[in-house]
Amino acid sequence: MTWNLKNGPLLGAALMLVVLLAAPHMFYPVFLMKVLCFALFACAFNLLLGYVGLLSFGHAAFFGSAGYITAHMVKALNFDPLAGILVGVMVSSLLGLVIGWLAIRRSGIYFAMITLGFAQVIFFLSLQLKFTGGEDGIQGVPRGMLFGLVDLTDTMSMYYFVLAIFLCGFWLIYRTINSPFGQVLKAIRENEPRARSLGYDTDRFKLMAFVISAALSGLAGGTKALVFQLASLTDVNWHMSGEVVLMTLLGGMGTIFGPAIGALLVVTLNNYLAGFGSWVTIIIGAIFVSCVLAFRRGIVGEILEKVRTWPTRHKT
Amino acid sequence: MNAEYIIETRNLNKEFSGFIAVRGVNLKVRKGSIHALIGPNGAGKTTVFNLLTKFLEPSSGQIFYKNQNVTGKNSASLARRGLVRSFQISAVFPHLSVLENVRVALQRETKTSFHFWKPDSSLNNLNDRAMAALEEVDLADYAEDVAVELPYGRKRALELATTLALKPEVMLLDEPTSGMGHEDVGRVVDLIRKVAENRTVLMVEHNLKVVADLSDTITVLQRGQILAEGDYEEVSQDPAVLEAYMGGHHA
Ligand SMILES: Nc1ncnc2c1ncn2[C@@H]1O[C@H](COP(=O)(O)OP(=O)(O)OP(=O)(O)O)[C@@H](O)[C@H]1O
Ligand SMILES: [Mg+2]
Repeated sequence: MTWNLKNGPLLGAALMLVVLLAAPHMFYPVFLMKVLCFALFACAFNLLLGYVGLLSFGHAAFFGSAGYITAHMVKALNFDPLAGILVGVMVSSLLGLVIGWLAIRRSGIYFAMITLGFAQVIFFLSLQLKFTGGEDGIQGVPRGMLFGLVDLTDTMSMYYFVLAIFLCGFWLIYRTINSPFGQVLKAIRENEPRARSLGYDTDRFKLMAFVISAALSGLAGGTKALVFQLASLTDVNWHMSGEVVLMTLLGGMGTIFGPAIGALLVVTLNNYLAGFGSWVTIIIGAIFVSCVLAFRRGIVGEILEKVRTWPTRHKT
Repeated sequence: MNAEYIIETRNLNKEFSGFIAVRGVNLKVRKGSIHALIGPNGAGKTTVFNLLTKFLEPSSGQIFYKNQNVTGKNSASLARRGLVRSFQISAVFPHLSVLENVRVALQRETKTSFHFWKPDSSLNNLNDRAMAALEEVDLADYAEDVAVELPYGRKRALELATTLALKPEVMLLDEPTSGMGHEDVGRVVDLIRKVAENRTVLMVEHNLKVVADLSDTITVLQRGQILAEGDYEEVSQDPAVLEAYMGGHHA
């Protein structure tokens, strides 16, 4: 097999799988699960930013609300953990449908502002509604027994459960990007008026992408609530909407693996710098600025560009 | 109403915050003809195109396509009815391959465009038709290249191939030869003549030789209004046109 860019994703996926299967034997599993949840969240966000060209500034709404719903289902209504997550996904998809429907009529900064506005509404509801527990959130969420068989209180079982969810979500995103639908999305990203002039109702495609992105963000959020046994205001806060933008840009928007790498980086930094208190924000901000200045395409984006231009540069 | 005309506008107006760019235009395009829209810079030609394809909302007036009032339709639905336009500034999908550019157009009729669960290799059965469309404009050798890397003239050719791939009933071309070298212009003129055999073409064009070569009917637009209409002989001898348009250019 000769090396070319086309089988890059395949190679990358194989490598990623091996690392992820072995990882919990080398690293702290809860940390890894956190990385996986944020990686899925960032990849879902990237579907919108990187492949449709829409910058949402309210994705915490989907991530966080699914967390609350899942936590509530599992804790108060004794749902099976997977069923709880799926209800969370349904709610975030519906939210995505409503918010998306209203937001996609605008583009650029207006789109970002509308999504931010709605996310603030969701934040407010999370603070006020009874079942969300206000400032305390929903604590002590039981992980439960998956299908009544697998005990998820066992950290290793939980890890492989989260890994399976991550892989399903990641695969769905990969499939969507490389599908007939994904082709039209890329065409819209590249030149929306042209796509319309070819007969595509671009708003419907954008809305569909928005809903898929919201659903998968919800998948990540619901899973995270089970991992930490907690649903709280942190996950619906606008900081979270900003953090996912940061992860995606850092890793490389519009690349398959970039957002996951970005998530790994940000979560790691957050963990290791936790001792610096409020300095974390400043340090991460500084790292972000220097990364964006140094690698405009993000880390994975820059690597791909190097690989792409390498043969031509060495031919001439 | 007359079945002879495929496009008809009635008292079409477009105002941009006080400035009237198109004023009382009654345009009739005969089915099967090549119809040129000419006029000096800023005359409102592109605006008329934008109105016809609903990229702009008319301030007042009506648009009929195949004897149907389509004033309330949107761009995409007009395109699906066979009214497809190109753009004055070349409109390709820059970071898709040349082949993919054409294939996106062909993809629409497969009705799988919302299928996000299918691999995109399911589109490969369109590749032959996409290649055939590229061959028409001599771009077959560039099929694998990224569109953004093509020189300008070839981008225009690619745009033409993409438009043609839809087999539109009416093709609206906004300056199809602008920015092209000499041989390329000749090739595009031949191509337009060939594809116009079984469709209607409405084009905006500054190159008067191209206009003279191709058009059955010419409409001259000036400051948003129709100044003259007829075949090349009539129009080129019209004193008002000579004064306003040709005079300016050939003086
Ligand atoms: N979106 C807009 N907002 C405001 N004014 C506009 C807009 N679009 C066009 N105009 C104005 O309307 C007039 C007609 O423009 P249009 O682009 O239709 O001219 P044109 O005949 O296509 O010219 P050219 O030969 O230079 O392409 C111009 O004066 C232009 O400045
Ligand atoms: Mg123009």
